[in-house]
Amino acid sequence: MALRKDAWLWVLGILAFAGILVAGYLALIYAPPAEGFVGQAEPAQRIFYFHVPAAWTGFLAFSVTFVASIAYLWKGGRKWDILAACSAEIGLVFTTMVVVTGPIWAKPTWGVWWTWSDPKLVTAAILWLIYFGYIMLRRMVEDDARRARFSAVLGIIGFVDVPIVFGAARWWGQSVAHPIVVSGGGFDVAPKMLTALMFSLAVFTVMYVVILTLRVRTERLADEVDALKERE
Amino acid sequence: MGFLRKVAAVAWKDLRAEWRTREVFSAMFVFALLIIIIFNFALELRAENARVLVPGILWVAFTFSGMLGLNRSFIQEKDRGSLEGLLLCPVDRSAIYLGKMLANSALMALVAVFILPVSFVLFNLSFGALPMIVVVTALGTVGFAGVGTLFSAMAVNTRAREVMLPLLLFPVAVPLIIAAVKLTAGIMDGVPGAELARWWQLLVGFDAIFFTLSFMTFDYVIEE
Repeated sequence: MALRKDAWLWVLGILAFAGILVAGYLALIYAPPAEGFVGQAEPAQRIFYFHVPAAWTGFLAFSVTFVASIAYLWKGGRKWDILAACSAEIGLVFTTMVVVTGPIWAKPTWGVWWTWSDPKLVTAAILWLIYFGYIMLRRMVEDDARRARFSAVLGIIGFVDVPIVFGAARWWGQSVAHPIVVSGGGFDVAPKMLTALMFSLAVFTVMYVVILTLRVRTERLADEVDALKERE
Repeated sequence: MGFLRKVAAVAWKDLRAEWRTREVFSAMFVFALLIIIIFNFALELRAENARVLVPGILWVAFTFSGMLGLNRSFIQEKDRGSLEGLLLCPVDRSAIYLGKMLANSALMALVAVFILPVSFVLFNLSFGALPMIVVVTALGTVGFAGVGTLFSAMAVNTRAREVMLPLLLFPVAVPLIIAAVKLTAGIMDGVPGAELARWWQLLVGFDAIFFTLSFMTFDYVIEE
């Protein structure tokens, strides 16, 4: 019974797993070397196919937290709280990937692990800190309803802060060191590179959906267990 | 009783309670002073490099000492059991937020009133820049206390209490700190006003956005 009900989740899960292998092939072998990257920077550039999708997925996850937080404060309901919390956790994992892969790429390319003058780096770091605080806050509040309200408020305030941090960091740092991939409505990369990137983006998104679904279910099961314990 | 009078009553209550002991203010002021002294030795501040470093040090002093005040704002109420009393008052929750936020801002501003001239003397800065820096400090203080009061009400209801507030507040306050430091440095260096316009916009924008959000969500944080 469970298998048929969950058929779509199995399909997505297998797709995500197989997809990540294919994405690895596309990123490392299929995609041509990027122009303008020499020496160690050339292979390092291929981090791009995981770095960008991780950043996108992290941001998607925090957007879901934001929307679910608003829904919770507006309508209430435990499901919104669970969705917001689970999505934030996954977002934090992907953001961690972003801030780890970024410096690995930056060192051979820019010659430094980190620069404060790039707004994307600063924003990713602050984003990580905000949602780390979010998860810590959830651990620190005992009462369920209160935890849900507090984290919903932080889920909204933290998300609204992100574009402001980005704007402030852009004015502050002046120089933008990040490669510009999208400009004037088009992509400035070779078609094969674009294929690899788009494929990776799709796979990461599917992976996010699968993990989120599983994580939300775990949380629901935990609730059920709590309810059963209460009854005894 | 009008809304503003209720707000004033809450703020006045906080400030009067503080006036009787002056505990929090003294702690904040001495802490801010200590930050300046520690930085002086940690960074080997001299008259020549003071102008580069002092804006940042001032804002570390203001925000870190402000953190002390913001924490006490709700912890005192909670420990004395007066938070329930405050919530039972026939006033809107938003009046409580505004009152608390004004009292917190006032306390932070008062610390700045003492710290600014002291640091100008200690680092041999020209007092001509002081009036505009006071304006920056006022706006920065209101923004920091604005979202800080909301987070403080949350932090007091967590297991970690005062540990939680800086972890929540500092990441969110980054744009405010960037704008405030840039403005303070620009004014000290006599940068023409037009070049500072975007930082004023950022500072005022931050204040407006986060004040509105905090005002709207405070109900959910304090609801029992």
